[in-house]
Amino acid sequence: MDFKDAYKWVNIEFMLEGFLVTLEVAAAAIALSFLVGCVAGTIRYMKIPVFSPIAAFLVELVRNLPLLLIIFFTMFALPEVGIKFGVVQSAIIALTVFESAMISEIVRSGLNSIPKGQVEAGRSAGLTPFQTLWHIVLPQGLRRMVPPLVSQFISLLKDTSLAVIIALPELMHNANIVIGHNFQTAIPALMLVAVLYFVVNYTLSLVSRRLENRMA
Amino acid sequence: MLDFSILTDNFGTYLTGFGKTAYASVLALAGSFLLGTLLAVFRITPVKPLQWIGTAYVEFIRNIPLLLVVYLFFLGLPSIGVVLSPFACGTLGLTVYTAAFIAEAVRAGILSVPKGQMEAARSSGLSYGATMRLVILPQAVKIVIPPLNNQFINLIKNSSILSVISGFDLMFYADRIASNTYVVFSTYIFAGMFYLLLTLPLSYATGWLERRLARNY
Repeated sequence: MDFKDAYKWVNIEFMLEGFLVTLEVAAAAIALSFLVGCVAGTIRYMKIPVFSPIAAFLVELVRNLPLLLIIFFTMFALPEVGIKFGVVQSAIIALTVFESAMISEIVRSGLNSIPKGQVEAGRSAGLTPFQTLWHIVLPQGLRRMVPPLVSQFISLLKDTSLAVIIALPELMHNANIVIGHNFQTAIPALMLVAVLYFVVNYTLSLVSRRLENRMA
Repeated sequence: MLDFSILTDNFGTYLTGFGKTAYASVLALAGSFLLGTLLAVFRITPVKPLQWIGTAYVEFIRNIPLLLVVYLFFLGLPSIGVVLSPFACGTLGLTVYTAAFIAEAVRAGILSVPKGQMEAARSSGLSYGATMRLVILPQAVKIVIPPLNNQFINLIKNSSILSVISGFDLMFYADRIASNTYVVFSTYIFAGMFYLLLTLPLSYATGWLERRLARNY
């Protein structure tokens, strides 16, 4: 184990640059998949003919496939049918597709957990189905979704590491390069990677716990 | 658009990878179930140091990526002189990683058994171990099965990480077929179908189990 070589400033700086890419890609994918997931989850909750079954089929399909396969597919298979993305876009798109399916399930079960009487009360007070959803069900449902959503975001951040296979210059990829120069740096370099992921993810989970307590 | 000759020409290759993926998943499931249950018991026992070990393990592993755990086995161990096959590294990594999630599922299951059960059994003279074994665990199993099933589905999907360290799984062979035939689109679609063959039945079984168990309450 070569701690001195692993923790040279060039190496640390290089890995931190990678971590920045990790965070940027994760942030973009979190924002996009939250939007897509909310829409897909709401469509399934509302039981709209044609749209809901299609959404259900897509969600089930994506949820049961490995993310690695989706990343590969976006990067290498789609160009064959004329759709071409760069490395960063591919990573963001693949992560968004995969995590949207997960988030839509969270949104759907969050909305379903609101007692039916709430919807009936809203409807009989003269609100349209959409108004009932927007003013009554969503505000209550979102509160219950916070903990599972945050843990999904944590998994998303961890999953960005899978983009090493398409050579996205993120944390794991850069750590790999450092290790490639001197094999003895493997354990110290990976330890630094672990600490970086842990600090961000653990902070997120603490924030989620605090939010949960405040809302309860 | 789909090139079915890819499937028929490489069926044997797909099957080999499919077998390895299933094998790695079952091995890792058995290992992580044992380790996860042990960790869950650690977190629940009144013994403080065991609690700390359990909590530290679960919190640490849950907050780092699977790939990192696998790399610790694949890149970290050789640097201190322990060299394992890529397949072993991948399976061990999957086991260590999944155990943390299984520990949480099992712990939640045990904690959901009402406290009165433990008190009743203890006051009728059963030891702590006997109470766990005869009273608490049989009731907890019912609650734990659906989340465990979900973890197994995740495990099967996560086993594709073996391909990153050339562990001869389904994804690895799909890459190989793609680079031999230069047909990427169809190759990965068929690989996806093989994964669905494993995960879809499990995911339906989970839904069915959840509905059945819910009926009993």
